[in-house]
Amino acid sequence: MNARDILDYLGIIPLLPLAGAVILLLAGRRIGEPRAGWLATGMMALAFLGSVVALFALLSLPADGRLQVNQVFTWIPAGTFSVGMGTQADPLSVTWLLLVTGVGLCIHLYSIAYMHGDPLFSRFFAYLNLFAASMLILVVADNLLMTFLGWEGVGLCSYLLISFWYRRNDAATAGKKAFVTNRVGDVGFLLAMFLIIATYGTLEYTAMAPAAEIISAGTATAIALLLMVGAMGKSAQLPLHLWLTDAMEGPTPVSALIHAATMVTAGVFLMCRAYPFLEVSHDASVVIMWIGAITALLAGTVAVVQPDIKRALAYSTISQLGYMFLAIGVGGYEAAVFMVLCHAFYKGCLFLGAGSVIHGNGDNQDMRIMGRYRKFLPVTAFAMVIAWLAIAGIPPFAGFWAKDEILVEAYAHGDYGVWIVGTVAALLTAVYMTRLIFLTFFGNARYEAADAAPAVPVVSGGSDEGDPADADGHDGDEDPFEDHPTVVFGEPPRPSRLHGHRPHESPVLMLVPILVLAGLSAVGGLLNLPFGKLDFLHQFLEPVFEGAKGVKATTAQKLTAEGLSVLMALIGVSIALLVYRRGLRSPDRDPLVDRLRPVSTLTGNAYYWDAGVTRFVGGPGERGASWLNRVFDARIIDGAVNGTAWLFQWAGRAASRVQDGYVRRYALGILLGTVAVLGFVLLWAGR
Amino acid sequence: MGFPLLLAIIVTPLVGAVVVALLPAARTEVAKALGYAFTGATAGLCGYLLWHFQAGDRGFQFVYDQPWIPGLGVRFTLGVDGISLFMVVVTGLLFPLGLLASEKYITHRVKAYVAWFLLLETAIMGIFLTLDLIAFFVFWELLLVPMYFLILGWGSARRKYAATKFFIYTGLGSAFLLASTLVLGFLHQADTGVLTFDFRTLADWNGLSGSAEVLLFVGFMAAFAIKAPLFPFHTWLPDVHTEAPTAGSVVLAGVIIKMGAYGFVRFSFELFPQASVDLAPILLVLAVVGIIYGAVVAAMQTDLKRVIAYSSVAHMGFVILGIFSLTVIGIDGAVFTMVSHPLTTGALFLLVGMIYERLHTREIGEMGGMWNVAPVLTGLFIAAMFAGIGLPGFSGFVGEFLSLAGAFLYDRPFAIVAALGVIFAAVYMLWPFKRAFAGRASGAVVRMKDLDLREIVVVVPLLALSLFLGLYPKPVLDRIEPAADRAVRNFERKTDYRSPEESRDRRDTERRVEREQRRAEAREGEK
Repeated sequence: MNARDILDYLGIIPLLPLAGAVILLLAGRRIGEPRAGWLATGMMALAFLGSVVALFALLSLPADGRLQVNQVFTWIPAGTFSVGMGTQADPLSVTWLLLVTGVGLCIHLYSIAYMHGDPLFSRFFAYLNLFAASMLILVVADNLLMTFLGWEGVGLCSYLLISFWYRRNDAATAGKKAFVTNRVGDVGFLLAMFLIIATYGTLEYTAMAPAAEIISAGTATAIALLLMVGAMGKSAQLPLHLWLTDAMEGPTPVSALIHAATMVTAGVFLMCRAYPFLEVSHDASVVIMWIGAITALLAGTVAVVQPDIKRALAYSTISQLGYMFLAIGVGGYEAAVFMVLCHAFYKGCLFLGAGSVIHGNGDNQDMRIMGRYRKFLPVTAFAMVIAWLAIAGIPPFAGFWAKDEILVEAYAHGDYGVWIVGTVAALLTAVYMTRLIFLTFFGNARYEAADAAPAVPVVSGGSDEGDPADADGHDGDEDPFEDHPTVVFGEPPRPSRLHGHRPHESPVLMLVPILVLAGLSAVGGLLNLPFGKLDFLHQFLEPVFEGAKGVKATTAQKLTAEGLSVLMALIGVSIALLVYRRGLRSPDRDPLVDRLRPVSTLTGNAYYWDAGVTRFVGGPGERGASWLNRVFDARIIDGAVNGTAWLFQWAGRAASRVQDGYVRRYALGILLGTVAVLGFVLLWAGR
Repeated sequence: MGFPLLLAIIVTPLVGAVVVALLPAARTEVAKALGYAFTGATAGLCGYLLWHFQAGDRGFQFVYDQPWIPGLGVRFTLGVDGISLFMVVVTGLLFPLGLLASEKYITHRVKAYVAWFLLLETAIMGIFLTLDLIAFFVFWELLLVPMYFLILGWGSARRKYAATKFFIYTGLGSAFLLASTLVLGFLHQADTGVLTFDFRTLADWNGLSGSAEVLLFVGFMAAFAIKAPLFPFHTWLPDVHTEAPTAGSVVLAGVIIKMGAYGFVRFSFELFPQASVDLAPILLVLAVVGIIYGAVVAAMQTDLKRVIAYSSVAHMGFVILGIFSLTVIGIDGAVFTMVSHPLTTGALFLLVGMIYERLHTREIGEMGGMWNVAPVLTGLFIAAMFAGIGLPGFSGFVGEFLSLAGAFLYDRPFAIVAALGVIFAAVYMLWPFKRAFAGRASGAVVRMKDLDLREIVVVVPLLALSLFLGLYPKPVLDRIEPAADRAVRNFERKTDYRSPEESRDRRDTERRVEREQRRAEAREGEK
């Protein structure tokens, strides 16, 4: 079998986890814990193996011939339009395959331990496998519609996994919000596909490059921007980012897999596929670049003051995704993909590490009551410190190479505006990550002080109705925070839930994936070193972006941009160290928040965008819809129907009064009728 | 002429209805068994029809033609094409499932229930199969009778109001239909000297004046728009759905409301092509309003069944949108939605019925936490819900996508506004779902039982079929296509309308892109 034949079977890779999901959905409970977890993990391992085989098959082909499209069957034939199910093996899809299956495998493994004892253990793995299958379909697809199939599939799984603990009202609400927000983006995706159908008829990716040459620039801009709307939903870019932080309601491995490492990068993948349109449309590129830059900056300012470890990481993810779109906007597609990979390593590690911390901390996510946990969770601390250095942009860790390549591209491209914004965001990244690491692992230990603090009843934030908790006579020793793990900005510090115990390190099964990802965040830069022929990823991906007008940065430009960003990273780390080196004097005193008031109030509440949208939808939006229902539909439209019926009834009753049996009235009627008919006939005839 | 298959499909349930009606009232079991036997036999005939239907044929197949009332030129003409085929098959599928779903729910006067149910099937089959306008009208009216008695006899609290509303409202539409049919027949007679109501003869005749055509189109539209139901003629639907027994709702949402859309494609398009082309924008506006409006109002309902009822208004908006896009792709999508919607909405109505049997309420506020106690019910509800939302992979998406694409080709603003319905669909389903299923179980929900095997057997085939058609719609689309194509060609032949699918600009770009693509692939291949 030669390499091309092997690549024709790329479709098998998504089918493996799909099979796992089907088995687990049908017979999961019988398979039980932990076998269900191992089955799902095994499927991921096989898929990873398949991806590695695909990589080698692809590498055995000459560099500019690495494209193998295989139409498996016709999916939707309608009139002159037809779209198939097929696979496209090229460096881009194989890179994503390796990413999804590799990081996915780590996170599956981690979940076996993390979800231990959960009554819905097997269902969790069914969803996880279904997610992986959808994500892989999204990636291997040879056309936009099939990518959309995977796109919506990951949306479904994201919904199911965010609201996995459905007994919690907040979790169920967050899942719904994620799906609905993503649907807003999906409208853009759909309209882009319609526009393509209307202009050149086929949704295949291989047709994009020739089409972009032919269609008008305006159409190319429209297609690119509509696809970007879809990407904004999935990849949580401003202003559609507001679902991602709520998505933290899901189990932490889910946050790591879906809401940090893989699914949120689907938008980047889509824009990479659609690069021919960006190449011909300068306008679309500029818009995308600025969306990315502004998202990177604003999300960074929000992350800086969050008290919740997962929420801080979520805003960090939004910010990092912003960098990727910035890269795409300036034409640095390879740089964006490099960033996707590195981000998956270090953010995966950070989320899994955060999961380990939360796990060892009695399910408490409040960083203000942590501190000095390196003593209790040394392995987690070690791994997260590496990931911290990576994301903060300290050389030689992975994040440095990835972020700097983007900033160099922006600088060399002459887009100084976004370059400055990106560099400032790099400073913020260093600040919030250092803060997170020091609040958690260094400084003073605060969990004992918090243990003594009295419990404060919680006020549910953001949920759209009263919580029906306790109505079913739940156990007596009710923890008021059990149903609200998320710590919102402005909330007083949570009481510790350790109940006198010490925080503890997680089992080996959880630590191994964390360490693997930490290792990758340390050396991930080797994939693409900016020296001579060492930029392997760049060389690998270059044929995909054939015809992209990339700018080759001069050494002076590289040094300027890189030097400045390293400087920014060091300044950021220093600022945070100055403030948080010793931890917090008291859990309710966060110096950065206190000193920066009222700015910190604004950024801590994410500029009130989320709250504003929630208030609008729940207020005027719901009132308007309710008016449509109660007044317009029931009274006006149906009122007209019933009114007409009533009119006929009334007329009928009035008419029936005439039929009262009095002969003289009948006679009169007959007489009048005859006269009328006679008169009519006479007049008619007389004409 | 061979075996009159189509006649058999209409007559089998009729015979069943008569036989069951003649049974002694006490023989409940026999009535049920006969019900299954006759609906099953009809389903079998439909399967045979599906198997032997010629996919590439543009015309009518299995045509059966007998004089009925010679004096009036009325004939009993039956025929099936790609548009009616699947409506017949879906009807054949839904009726046995409907009976199975009624097993527990219907406990009194079972015999009468089964008899009316069988008569209903006859009426529906007749509507989809007949090609004579008078016979069509007869079946159209016949439908009202069993439906009226089913709602009245086995409905909920306000069943009398609902049954009367249904009868009078849709009956009012029928009056316009009859008048227009007669006028059309007599005008044809005046012109050619032949009195006939044969649909194909009338479609070939083009002696109508412009204004007469518009008036007659509006007359037919009155009947079809109410039945469809097109905004603003939709208010009977939620009322009837809430009061009707589960099986009635399934059949109502599944096939009865498709009759309006079917009428437009089958009759209005062919009989009044010019008026259809001219008035299409008006219908498109109503369709778009229906999509958004139905979705918004659905989100506001507190009764789970009303949510689904209003969602049907939105879904039928997509059907009308696709039909009046006057494109092959749009009509394909609309007819496909007519096939897919019964599966997804049918499943949802069945599940809501099962919840009602357990909790004796459909108020979302009185539910909550069902996920804890009934995982199988919840799992199936999630599948049905996402199928209804139009998630790709389920059949609903294929129809919606094609309808929207057709509308986009016809005139972009319609599709852009209608596409927003995709967002609202998620809102109106997920919001009630969250309130009804998530959270902690309380009250009556705590003691709720999960689905038993019979109930699973009722719902799963519908969802499985929806999934299959979502992933492999080709067999269905291949059969719809020739008929949809015939409808569009009919416009191009009789009017100066030209399908945007065939515009030369678009064809040119397509060909150039294809050529470039092939050249690029060849280059890759050489390497």
